Amino acid sequence: MPTRLEIGSVDWRWRSLIALTALKIVLVPSYRSTDFEVHRNWLAITSSLPLSEWYVNETSEWTLDYPPLFAWFEWTLAHAAKIFDADMLNVSNLNYASPNTILFQRLSVIVTDVVLYGAAWFGTRRHKEPMRNVAFLLAVANAGLLIVDHIHFQYNGLLLGILMWSIALIREGHDLLGGLLFAALLNMKHLFACLGPLYFVYLLRHYCRGKQAVFKFFTLGALVAAVFAAAFGPFILAGQLQQVLGRLFPFKRGLMHAYWAANVWALYAAVDRALALLLPHMGFQVDRTAALMTGGLVQVSNFAVLPDIEAGTTLILVLLTMAPVLVSVWRNPNPDAFASAAAYMCMCSFMAGYHVHEKAILMVMLPLAFDAVNSPAAARTFLMLSITGQYALLPLLFTRNEYPLKMLLLGIYSLGSCILLSACMEHLGGANGSPCQSGKEAIFGLMHKGSSVTKLLGRLNALYLLGLVGLEVILVIGAMLAPTKARHAAIEGFVDCTAKEHVLTRSFGVKKCGSLPI
Amino acid sequence: MLVRALGDNAATFLIIATSLLLRFGVGLHPYSGAGSPPRYGDYEAQRHWMEVTVHVPIQDWYTSTTDNDLDYWGLDYPPISAYQSWVYGKAIQQFEPGAIASFTSRGYETPSSKTLMRWSVVISDILVFIPAVLACRWVFFKDATAEQRAWVLFAALLQPAAVLIDHGHFQYNNISLGFAAGAAAAVASGKEVLGSILFCLSLNHKQMSMYYAPAFFAHLLGRCLARPTLLSKVGAVLRLGFVVIGTFACIWAPFLLSESGALGVVARLAPLRRGLFEDYVANFWCSTSPLVKWKQLFSQQELVRMCAGATLFTALPAMLQQIRRPSKKGLLLCMASSAFAFFLFSYQVHEKSILLPLLPVTLLAPDLPVLASWMPAVATFSMYPLLKKDGLSLAYVGLLLFWAAFTLPDRAAPKERTRRPGRRNCLEDLIADVLPVLFRTFVGLALGIHAAAAVLNPPKRLPYIFDAVITVLSFLQFAGAAMHIQLLLWKQDHEKVH
Repeated sequence: MPTRLEIGSVDWRWRSLIALTALKIVLVPSYRSTDFEVHRNWLAITSSLPLSEWYVNETSEWTLDYPPLFAWFEWTLAHAAKIFDADMLNVSNLNYASPNTILFQRLSVIVTDVVLYGAAWFGTRRHKEPMRNVAFLLAVANAGLLIVDHIHFQYNGLLLGILMWSIALIREGHDLLGGLLFAALLNMKHLFACLGPLYFVYLLRHYCRGKQAVFKFFTLGALVAAVFAAAFGPFILAGQLQQVLGRLFPFKRGLMHAYWAANVWALYAAVDRALALLLPHMGFQVDRTAALMTGGLVQVSNFAVLPDIEAGTTLILVLLTMAPVLVSVWRNPNPDAFASAAAYMCMCSFMAGYHVHEKAILMVMLPLAFDAVNSPAAARTFLMLSITGQYALLPLLFTRNEYPLKMLLLGIYSLGSCILLSACMEHLGGANGSPCQSGKEAIFGLMHKGSSVTKLLGRLNALYLLGLVGLEVILVIGAMLAPTKARHAAIEGFVDCTAKEHVLTRSFGVKKCGSLPI
Repeated sequence: MLVRALGDNAATFLIIATSLLLRFGVGLHPYSGAGSPPRYGDYEAQRHWMEVTVHVPIQDWYTSTTDNDLDYWGLDYPPISAYQSWVYGKAIQQFEPGAIASFTSRGYETPSSKTLMRWSVVISDILVFIPAVLACRWVFFKDATAEQRAWVLFAALLQPAAVLIDHGHFQYNNISLGFAAGAAAAVASGKEVLGSILFCLSLNHKQMSMYYAPAFFAHLLGRCLARPTLLSKVGAVLRLGFVVIGTFACIWAPFLLSESGALGVVARLAPLRRGLFEDYVANFWCSTSPLVKWKQLFSQQELVRMCAGATLFTALPAMLQQIRRPSKKGLLLCMASSAFAFFLFSYQVHEKSILLPLLPVTLLAPDLPVLASWMPAVATFSMYPLLKKDGLSLAYVGLLLFWAAFTLPDRAAPKERTRRPGRRNCLEDLIADVLPVLFRTFVGLALGIHAAAAVLNPPKRLPYIFDAVITVLSFLQFAGAAMHIQLLLWKQDHEKVH
């Protein structure tokens, strides 16, 4: 045949980008959570109200509670939104979702994913083929990200994209730029503050050294301060700093989110509930009403048996778990280990933090993708963490139409990443004395060597991942047998309990990986 | 162990999973006639058939009774479709009886019943179409490279046209196409009886499978004639004849025994009641109608005869080749050729019928890389007016983009080609030079039309000008593809002689 219209090609990055975008377009009419309305409301607030009203307006219950730069991002988007449907920009138009509003909001997520693509492209360009293609794919095609952004509806592709850019810049030695980008990110979503200590220690020890150490320190400090001033300045001038900070840090929220994130506190609460059920049988007095809270509303929860946990306790715990890596970064600020260290920081705040959202696990998975192709140990950690982490995200979608979608997305990403990474590892090891020439050959040549996946993961880990399949089967059967009312509470509770144990055990794997190379 | 087993077929698993993902994804979009009373669309037709088959006694399925109003989406597909409606109807009744309640369920559109209906199409894919494609791959590309085997599966399962029609517009073409593909696999692997039965099933699911009949007839006849003695030749033909008659008898048994009988059913199936073509279909008659007013120049009788003549004339060369020299892949090429003949020239063709020539072309993807990546895109493009009407524009963009992501040529590749020395004749050289230019031209024109349709309003005198241009453009490419397949078939024949 004259031209090559074939499935295989050496560079898969462009093709995977087009294919992913296509998939996201197909997902436009899928289920949307209330986050869709949250962001519509923010579009309306920022575009139609004066600056002084942004953090004051309470027309909708979904008040603006992201930092100012994100508000400015919504303000920018609103200019394009006008072309699609100007009615969505009306603050009092609550729960407005015309076809064009849906199309616009979905497209805005799809288009801003470019930031993540760019970061992954930039961050993996020094890798050799086929590792470059694989690392790129692992970063951009994350099923959890697709589920949270393109079905549930959020802008994590943009935010994590900025984080990935910052990490990639630091890996390349552009400390100042990476640090400033992180400062900007903090002013878009303050959740990333958990990375603050790492950035501080790393930049202090890696950037601010040599003859001009003091000068560099002050330059960095001044520039970071400038970013914060640009974001918060207008509100400080308007005398609203208290108001804005009050919105950003609401202390009315409880230890745990309505849908438990798979962390230490979920285990703690599970133990509490078990005790609350068991102790009365042994003759102890227990206040059952507190233990029966099933979540649903964002509220301060009470424990029936175990002591309540204060926000301060969690903060100390998080800092304590972070300490080993911070110390090793202080001793040896190594750019190559920065991505792993960042993932570890996020993991600490996820595992022990106050009011953690389940989606925060994405902050752990994505930075790990850069290094996953470098060694079997890194690949193993990445696979175990990303597969269990994404599995723990699935209860986020509970509608019937989305069930097959989320299962297929997870299945494709999990199996695909297992196979691609084991292909990479064989390539690295030069197994069978036949190193592959191109990414295509590596992918197709090694795709049918299934045994290498088990070899990479280890039997026990492979069995563990297969156990997730078994767990899901049990859950589905349970859902069919259970009466409709009890179904949701019981099953979601079970998913949480099991998923959080998975991630907890995995976290120790990351700790090892995060601290060893530093 | 499971990981090891999966690993061996990881590409297969990933492609099938991706194809299911896109099928479920397209299922989220609207279907034909969604929310448009009083007659709705094909979705309502299929739902209504479930309602009728579950509630009306079997001998009355095709007859007008007080329980069965044939004027409202009366059954006009052959019995296997009706049996399928009964099975799915019974299943849906378990979950949501209201969805197929007698009479009261007309225009029943709840989100949950939509999900059930959508899933029934995916189940048809899993039960019939995907196994059939896997069987074809096993028969035709057993010893091909991993990459080629992945490509054939990808082309057959992810070509956008079929996914959009079955899972978007809403039909069960995957069942009849799956049976036809299964028949091709069976016949090619020497199981002629099984193949004949499967083809009868296909024909009795949708009469459109008739498009393949010349190919199966010619190929099977060729195989029978290849037997050594006259007696065994005649015996083989008779044996297949009995198989076909027996299968038909079994399928039609409930109607043969009833009073109004099979003739009543046949009358429901005959397509001659309608016109030469409907709306915009990229075949010869519709595409040339702006120049020649066929419908005014000739009577219906004359038109039917002209169509039959032209179809037969186009299908004949490939048939003769297969009678003379039946070959495995020749069967698929002949299926493509005769399906193209029917699509381009027969009477009363639907735009959806392009799925029939597409199936064998995609099943031959490793041998026909250009055709198998180009034609599905053109077919999808040719159905755009229909898809737009159904509210499937987004799904159309998504699936075409997905297809393009994996099938667009590499920019570096053509240079590689010219460097490679090889025997070629002038015609092939010419095609090699012209094809990429043609491809770019057509892609450019297609993008141009979409852009124009999005920005401009059509002139008042010609409100359907964009649809007409889409039709003519697609027709040109289909005609080229049909000729290409003819050439290939005879070239294959020629090579075999040497």
